[in-house]
Amino acid sequence: MTPGERRQSVAGLAFVSPWLLGFVVFTLYPVCASIYFSFCDYDVLSKPVWVGFLNYQDMLSDSVFWQSVRNTLVFNLMALPLGLVSALLLALLLNQPVKLKGTFRAIYYLPSLVPAVAGAMVWLWILNGRLGLLNQALDALGFSNPPQWLVDPKWTKPSLALVSLWGCGNTVVIYLAALQGVPQSLIEASMIDGASPWRRLVHVTLPAISPVIYFNLLIGIIGGLQVFTSAFIMMGGAGPERSVLFYAIYIYQNAFEYRHMGYASAMAWILCMLILVLTLLASRIARRFVHYQGD
Amino acid sequence: MSVQMTDLVWEPYGSSKRIGERLHLSAMSEPLHRWLLAAVVVCTAGCARHAAMPEPGGRVIVNYWEKWSGFEADSMQAVVDDFNHSQDRIEVRFLSVSGVDTKLLLATSSGHPPDVAGLWSENIPDFSEKGALTPLDRGLAKAGIGADRYIPLFWDLCRHRGFTWGLPTTPGCVALFYNKKLFRAAGLDPERPPRTFGEFESMSRRLTLVEIERANRRVHVSFEDLTPAEREGRKYSLVQVGHLPQDAGMFLSGWGAWFGARFYDGDRRIVANDDGNLAAYEWMRRTAEIYGVENLRGFIEGFGVAQSAQTPFLGGAEAMVVQGPWMPNFISKFAPGLEWGAAACPPADGVGGGAPVTLAQCDVVVIPHGAPHPREALEFICYLQRQDVAEKLAKSQQKFTALREVSDGFLVGHPNPAIKLFMEISRSPGARYVPRIPIWHEYDAELAVARERVLNLRMTPAEALAEVQSRVEWKFDRVMRRWDIVGNERLSEWRAYDAW
Repeated sequence: MTPGERRQSVAGLAFVSPWLLGFVVFTLYPVCASIYFSFCDYDVLSKPVWVGFLNYQDMLSDSVFWQSVRNTLVFNLMALPLGLVSALLLALLLNQPVKLKGTFRAIYYLPSLVPAVAGAMVWLWILNGRLGLLNQALDALGFSNPPQWLVDPKWTKPSLALVSLWGCGNTVVIYLAALQGVPQSLIEASMIDGASPWRRLVHVTLPAISPVIYFNLLIGIIGGLQVFTSAFIMMGGAGPERSVLFYAIYIYQNAFEYRHMGYASAMAWILCMLILVLTLLASRIARRFVHYQGD
Repeated sequence: MSVQMTDLVWEPYGSSKRIGERLHLSAMSEPLHRWLLAAVVVCTAGCARHAAMPEPGGRVIVNYWEKWSGFEADSMQAVVDDFNHSQDRIEVRFLSVSGVDTKLLLATSSGHPPDVAGLWSENIPDFSEKGALTPLDRGLAKAGIGADRYIPLFWDLCRHRGFTWGLPTTPGCVALFYNKKLFRAAGLDPERPPRTFGEFESMSRRLTLVEIERANRRVHVSFEDLTPAEREGRKYSLVQVGHLPQDAGMFLSGWGAWFGARFYDGDRRIVANDDGNLAAYEWMRRTAEIYGVENLRGFIEGFGVAQSAQTPFLGGAEAMVVQGPWMPNFISKFAPGLEWGAAACPPADGVGGGAPVTLAQCDVVVIPHGAPHPREALEFICYLQRQDVAEKLAKSQQKFTALREVSDGFLVGHPNPAIKLFMEISRSPGARYVPRIPIWHEYDAELAVARERVLNLRMTPAEALAEVQSRVEWKFDRVMRRWDIVGNERLSEWRAYDAW
């Protein structure tokens, strides 16, 4: 390395050092510490006591832990397909050559800019069983006994799945970018061959954007398993009968409300493993359906 | 209960520093960890710490974090100002901090706590066993403060494992508030609140109004006037209720107290499913069966958060509610036209032996472990115990004091018309408090889930409480096992502590 190169390296390192320092202190160290704490009985104030695999064993017999796993998976089974399909449909509509296309795109993207807490507060009133707009509308349409969205344990997870659609603008934008990248030559060739719009969508457009659908699926799984804000704000944490006690909320409760930091750390690592396994599973399944250009 | 001076071993100030160092937590032996926690505290507490900086006048600065906001914070600020003007050695800096319990724990574990913190009495068992608080007994003995000054219940609330961990600021207990206008409209005597639990239930039904369809018209009728078929069909919506078990102020899980529940055997066992608690949950189930689960949920959902104008009681849609001495403040703020009365909430038959039953709690001031100026902090919290000071604070917050003695002028011009009632029931033999165990917060959460399951008719009281019993027992066993390991060491550290 010449002296000039060394100087450049030092300057480069100096420029990235604030980020590196922040990464080491605020990410790397907590991640490593949480591995150690997951094997300890630790309440933040007292000395961590090594307990081996006890925290992991406790999870097996903790019925609330399993309830939180069940709640999270059920919620994701509702919210993830709903979000992916709705965003795709919206993107297909917004990709049509219509007047005010840009305005429509902005309108559908706008909710993504609303802070999550503010959005949750708005939805609290929309979904209020007695005074909410949604039930007033259902009532006007003749539904005599509309659901009690936020207080009936049967309806709390569907309510939150509905709320999650509010922020699908980001996914729509990604789909839109992908749709605009679908080779026009393929579309035109299929039209010449007499393919109907539906067949063009199924056999040309969707395969062409399948890497993006796959990307959104992975991001959806990773984000969905960590769902926290809407339930925490709208349901005060766990919701009626712990019906929306999601995994991340149970981690939060153990760490910061009950101060079982060791148990919470163990739970966080299990979540990490769960995300890894589901992502690998999704990758394996998706391999058959995802087509990359040049394949 | 008194300060157990016989258990304490006198040590000179010099050794206390060494003991203080020994008491420092393991987390503090990890510099990076300390630094990180300090960063979190600085971020969350608004850079509130200035303890190391003396005032230009040479005063010692005592930082005081308190949970109160609004008029309660203003009241304490006035008292702090009085203290600062009363001497020239100490400057107390008052800061209203939301989530003070969590922030105090983080600050203490990072080694940067405030000098004084305002907590709830329920925090004391948990915080003291975790080593977050300073035992005050020796300092209080020197200051001449002991059990004899206080209403026994509130002194007990400041103690755990034989040590005193805080001093009361404003205590509280609960009574039945009722809406006189709704009583009158239902044909009840507004000056005669219920005296037995049976009366409480029958009045509650009488005060309940429903909207129901009769002859193709929606009409409001009293629940008592519904036909048996209408009652059975539950095809109505509630527009006004007498009382709801779901609405018990800050003591939702404590209903068992009015049915003789114990919650905890005082030693190593919790008793969530004793007969008293089962009776309380049976009563809740009955309420859900009478009015219908969906009707009750629909009624409650139409209202907003507690301590706002949108509560059923303040909105004039609930005739009776169990609340504390703070309630008149909220009435004057959110529903100034409400014509109200207050009385002791009657217990179930045979409970309390004829004495009024209530649940009590207390706001306390503590000195966190590792506080930079414990002596000055103690001087300040002892100042708060002076009768004139305690009464000034209590009066401005419309509450009463934890002191046995009451000055002649305290009741004169007191802004809370029900204050005498609260003072009396807090001294009743039927006055109780929630279990003094470190995991009460978790116990309370489990009881809340059980309550929801019973009110939604998803489980019988026996099933729901059996689950609470099994979960909390499991957790409590872990706590007790840990205490068995560290208990003796902790007790000897606390006995030896003397920074005064």
